[in-house]
Amino acid sequence: MTDFGKTLTLIAGLGLLAGAGAQEPAALEIDLFDTPNDDGGSLTLTWRADASPAGSRYRVYLAELPAGPFHVAAETMAPGLMSDEPALFGRDPANADRYVLHLTGYTPQGEEKPRALEDGTTYQVRLVAGDGAAERRSEVAAAAPAANLFNTAKLNNLVLAVALSVVILLFIAVARRRELYIRRIGGLEALDEALGRATEMGRSVLFVHGLKGMDQIPTIAAVNILGRVARRTARLDAELRVANVDPVVMSVSQEVVKEACLEEGRPDAYRPGDVFMAGTEQFSYAAALEGIMVRDRPAAHIMMGYFYAESLLLTETGSTTGAIQIAGTDAYTQLPFFVTTCDYTLMGEELYAASAYLSKEPRLLGSLRGQDVGKAVLILVLIAGTALSTAGVDFLTHLSASL
Amino acid sequence: MPFLTRTLPFAICFLFGVAGFAIFYSPHPYAEETTQAFALWLRVVSAFAYFLGLYSLLNLHWSKIRLRQSGWAYSLIVYISFGVMCLFVLYNEGHGPLQAQSKTGAYQWMFTHIHVASSATMFSTLAFFISSAAYRTFRARTSEAAILLVSAVIVMLGRVPIGGYLSETIPEAMQWLMTVPNMAAKRGILLGVSLGAIATSLRIIFGIERSYLGGGGEE
Repeated sequence: MTDFGKTLTLIAGLGLLAGAGAQEPAALEIDLFDTPNDDGGSLTLTWRADASPAGSRYRVYLAELPAGPFHVAAETMAPGLMSDEPALFGRDPANADRYVLHLTGYTPQGEEKPRALEDGTTYQVRLVAGDGAAERRSEVAAAAPAANLFNTAKLNNLVLAVALSVVILLFIAVARRRELYIRRIGGLEALDEALGRATEMGRSVLFVHGLKGMDQIPTIAAVNILGRVARRTARLDAELRVANVDPVVMSVSQEVVKEACLEEGRPDAYRPGDVFMAGTEQFSYAAALEGIMVRDRPAAHIMMGYFYAESLLLTETGSTTGAIQIAGTDAYTQLPFFVTTCDYTLMGEELYAASAYLSKEPRLLGSLRGQDVGKAVLILVLIAGTALSTAGVDFLTHLSASL
Repeated sequence: MPFLTRTLPFAICFLFGVAGFAIFYSPHPYAEETTQAFALWLRVVSAFAYFLGLYSLLNLHWSKIRLRQSGWAYSLIVYISFGVMCLFVLYNEGHGPLQAQSKTGAYQWMFTHIHVASSATMFSTLAFFISSAAYRTFRARTSEAAILLVSAVIVMLGRVPIGGYLSETIPEAMQWLMTVPNMAAKRGILLGVSLGAIATSLRIIFGIERSYLGGGGEE
């Protein structure tokens, strides 16, 4: 061997030694688990954000068996952070240091359409970060997707709903034993006056439903009020006309008025034609009612439910006829119009309180008291939350946040 | 208590009320399927109820025509409009009533150029109604009306370019009015509405409120 040959051999040998002495890049540490609070078919993969240089390309490989074959399930250069998803991971400050990817399917080689992950099947997942010499791999992790029964992100909502429900039910129970003070609601005190006036004038009472369907709480509240109004009109022998925009609401209203007349011992007071469809569209409904107000001149207009732009058209026309107008809605955008043009307005919660208030039944009145106490508790929580938030303590804000 | 008119409706109401409450907190596919099934039932019931609604509407206007009540000519227009629209729906551009409704043709033309235009006209009259209602409100000589008037003037001026031209403070004051007092009032109302909705739901689910079935106990 020449000197040159010996030198080359020595350099190669040193190179091999150096290679043998260099450390393999450490494996990426990953965490794989079923995605919480979901309807199944999803796995979540998280890893440390500082595990590879910024701007690295991340590829997630997935297999049904530990031995493979592995298929590409996701590829990204900009994964999200766990801190961006407080509904899933909470508000731990450490979440800002971890990337997250949700895996919902993979595309097997040779196939065009992706396959969705199946609940109950255990999948093997490996993460690869970077390319070429900078490439780093994780160990293979396994997890099975599953559908969750309870959305833990709504736990705060559940606790609040249960707590308020307990307060309301508690006051209903208390109301059975002793009389409770209920604040006066002017609009409802005026109802008897309006119905009495209609009776004296020999003119009708027009009850107008809002635009929402029977599956909406304002409509249910309006139907409850209609029942009370129908009993009073049957008792006073006044004519009650009920305008509807929804056929289901109309059918329910017909039954409510009929039952109310029967309970008052006045079955003859019920005429099916008096509970009618005035239109099926917003402005046709408004036009039909304006016509009724101007031509038939009812002595009282009672508008209950959820209203939109037709509110002012109805009440402004109604005010020109000289009728007593009582409106109730939880649509805060329409409240200014009602307040401006009606004699009495039930604002927001008063719409829901109306039926109980009119009934004077202790149990129903108890629920009103519970409602007021619940509101007082919420106001105290709001004040505490504002004070804590101003002081830089966001605990209560985070606790009550909708996720 | 009659079983069909009282006990059964209460039982159904309780079951569906509790189910609806539970479904809200569950992301499980069963919960989603149940919600969709409820929505489907509601649509089926609504579809049948529409026949009742149609009967009610036509019956109301027929009574007016028959008795020659005030404005009976408008009721005649209802019948003519209904008949003409029905005719073209059934004709369906020559495809008949059993095919999907055509996207063009006389029915679509009438809907777009008569119904939609009429609705837009009704909506546009709102501007005049707002003016008259505002005039009446601002005319009232109370401190509340005065505050309302000043706020309204600031908001109106702040929303148009001339407000900023007159003074930079006007748009800022408008923004403050909208985001602080207005938002506070809105949230206060929503808070009460939410509690009222919970109380109403509880009263109905537990059968305490019965007036939606008619009557509702002693008064």
